[in-house]
Amino acid sequence: MNNSIFGYDGNDTWIHKLTGTSKLIFFILVSIISMISYDVRFTLLVLVLSAFIFQQSKIKWQQIKLVVKLIVIFAILNLITVYIFSPGHGSYLYGTRHVIFNFGYLTMTQEQLFYELNLAIKYLVTVPISLVFLITTNPSEFSASLNQIGVPYRFSYAVSLALRYIPDVQQDFQSISLAQQARGYEISKKGKVMDRIKGTSQILVPLILSSLDKIQVISQAMELRRFGKNKSRTWYMHRKFSKNDYLTLLFAMLIILIGILFIKIDGSRFFNPFK
Amino acid sequence: MENKSIIEFRNVTFQYNSQLEPTLKNINLNIKSGEKVLIVGSSGSGKSTLGNLINGIIPRNVKGSLQGDILIDGKNIQSMSLFDLSLKVGTLLQNSNDQFVGLTVAEDIAFGMENDCVNNAEMKTKVNQWADYLDIKNLLQQAPNQLSGGQKQRTGLAGIMVDEAPILLLDEPLAALDPAAGFSSIKLVDDIHQKLHNTVLIIEHRIEEVLNQSVDKVILMNDGEIVGIFKPDNLLKENILQKYGLRNPLYLDLLKSAGVDIQKLEHIASASLVNGNGMLPKLQLANQQRIPNAIKNDQNPILKIQHLNFSYNQKTIFKNLNLSVNHGDMLALVGKNGVGKSTLSKLIAGFIKPHSGSICLNGDSLDGVTIKERADKIGYIMQDPDKMISKVMIKDEIALGLQLRGFDADYIDQKVTEVLKVCHLYEFRNWPISALSYGQKKRLTIASILVLDPQLLILDEPTAGQDYYHYTEIMQFLQDLNQKHHITMIFVTHDMYLMTEYANRAVVLGNYGILKDDYPEAILDDDEVVLAAHLKSTSISTLARRFNLSADRLTHYLISKESNNKHE
Repeated sequence: MNNSIFGYDGNDTWIHKLTGTSKLIFFILVSIISMISYDVRFTLLVLVLSAFIFQQSKIKWQQIKLVVKLIVIFAILNLITVYIFSPGHGSYLYGTRHVIFNFGYLTMTQEQLFYELNLAIKYLVTVPISLVFLITTNPSEFSASLNQIGVPYRFSYAVSLALRYIPDVQQDFQSISLAQQARGYEISKKGKVMDRIKGTSQILVPLILSSLDKIQVISQAMELRRFGKNKSRTWYMHRKFSKNDYLTLLFAMLIILIGILFIKIDGSRFFNPFK
Repeated sequence: MENKSIIEFRNVTFQYNSQLEPTLKNINLNIKSGEKVLIVGSSGSGKSTLGNLINGIIPRNVKGSLQGDILIDGKNIQSMSLFDLSLKVGTLLQNSNDQFVGLTVAEDIAFGMENDCVNNAEMKTKVNQWADYLDIKNLLQQAPNQLSGGQKQRTGLAGIMVDEAPILLLDEPLAALDPAAGFSSIKLVDDIHQKLHNTVLIIEHRIEEVLNQSVDKVILMNDGEIVGIFKPDNLLKENILQKYGLRNPLYLDLLKSAGVDIQKLEHIASASLVNGNGMLPKLQLANQQRIPNAIKNDQNPILKIQHLNFSYNQKTIFKNLNLSVNHGDMLALVGKNGVGKSTLSKLIAGFIKPHSGSICLNGDSLDGVTIKERADKIGYIMQDPDKMISKVMIKDEIALGLQLRGFDADYIDQKVTEVLKVCHLYEFRNWPISALSYGQKKRLTIASILVLDPQLLILDEPTAGQDYYHYTEIMQFLQDLNQKHHITMIFVTHDMYLMTEYANRAVVLGNYGILKDDYPEAILDDDEVVLAAHLKSTSISTLARRFNLSADRLTHYLISKESNNKHE
């Protein structure tokens, strides 16, 4: 299937065989609890777990190289900004101050370092499981899964439609762009920045107009086949839960419970090694 | 077969809110259950509006004022929702790609059932059943961009057939198909009709293709009114199609120009059955028409392609392709969908690069020449004019190419005026583009390329979806450019008669390269090539084969007669 954005790979591991719904719920629940908890023992545990899931899904480095690189860059940028804007936040949270080096406003403390380490682990936890969800779930199942966890079907079907028409629009964009280049717009790297912006904007006019036409036809075609008739709809790609799906959900609940347990023990969301 | 009426129009007048005049005027119509009806008319005749009133798009989605009563299966449409109506009328839209809403064939077929909340097991059974019936079962997991036009149309049909609606409405089913796929599509619809005895309405302006299979009656529309409702035989004998901007079947044009009295013919609606007193001798006379010599290549061709290799996604498209195009050629590029017609056009225009081989224009290699530089000599016109137009005013659109090349204002003005005149757009020069008709927009896109003084024009399906009147308008304009302004042209087309009528030469593409390069009629006489390239021989060939005559000579006879008429 041609869905280069999500890169569904159609492999056949036990993770691929889970329904999209159970994977989506697992992804959401585990992400939430790891966002809430600042207990490094817990998040490290989840990190090991998500690394294991990632390994089980047999995703190849090649498929995700670009995305991972982007995420890492943004994560690092984020950590640096946190440091620059509030270098004292760690001390504020943990109530102590162990200075590593003195640098005026930007003085680094052990507490700050520990806090940022926590942040970094949070990022690291969610990346593998979100990638696993995207790459092991058939795009046709997305909408059904979204609908099943309570997103209205009109919205969730929009996801399917986008996936369906993105290749078409890409193709239109390419052909319009080539025709405009032939007219004389320079949008290759040879041109000046202003010229390239101008050139690109001239592609958008016909592209948007032709896309609007398309949307009209599609919405007509959908209504002619009774889209929107009932409050709910069924999904051809919907699959029944198997034993593994229930186990996945159970497992997600278990992780949440452990997370809550750690919060209880710590008495707050934060685990404080400095006391 | 039952005989109750299933579609009834009583004094129906409809006017779009955006129009000053009614589009349909006092229509009375009665279609019986189980009939197969062809609705014909030129663009703007109101035939699509009629179709949209039957399936409920009008007045539910498109607003306007509706007078009179429309009854579908005995019920007034005013009392039915669009959803109720869709269970009565299954509609296959003109462009089956845009109608494809699922991510795969199976999902698309199931779409209607999903909306009806049918359970999964039943959906799977029905999808399999109809996919089997329409011969697309091995495609169920395919995405739309992996399908041919015919396969998409079959998917669309399956998605409608699952509803088992008593009425099947097809809006220009032939528009997006190559000739062979169009032929089998019409045949398929006939099979469905024979088996299910449903009511079938086909809206088309390509009468000849639809009449390949039997039709109970033909509704001829013009200017919002029904001109008449005919049996196919009677319609053809009336001899009025051309008057309403539609094309006569070719074999009939041939018989007429050969001096056969068509009133006395039997089975006039079928090229393979038509017969009558004195038909054969007159055809034999026409069969003595002289045919031109085979095409010779110039010493100095305008375009020379040598040893071209190109592949896409590991699929070989061209292997060692060689082609030379002479100055002044009007070359038709034909072949089945997906065989590389557009790819070859794009290679010449420089949009994509060959893996190896050379393309030379006037002896100079185009290697390393950018798209923009090539565009000074080679103009490329896309099929859909809306995709090429980026300005609001006509003059600006034409001037654009020159402005971007930094010419001074006086020169641009003079050049634009010149081109406006050549393209018969001078009187509209200060109009906004949105006010132009399709044919005028097409001329505008050509004008905006012509200002650059190209020597070679490449046109992608210049007449796609156009009725006979607009088709003739566009093609004669192109012929003028070719003959009076000496612009060499390559056009991609699916229309076999367009090829024989306007091209002096045809190049048939097959897998990996050129199947045949000859003058057009010679191609239609070559059964092997016709089959391999998904072409469909014209009805003249059908007629010729019956009597052992030469389709080549007969086609030439018709064309020479017709061009004499034009000049008189």
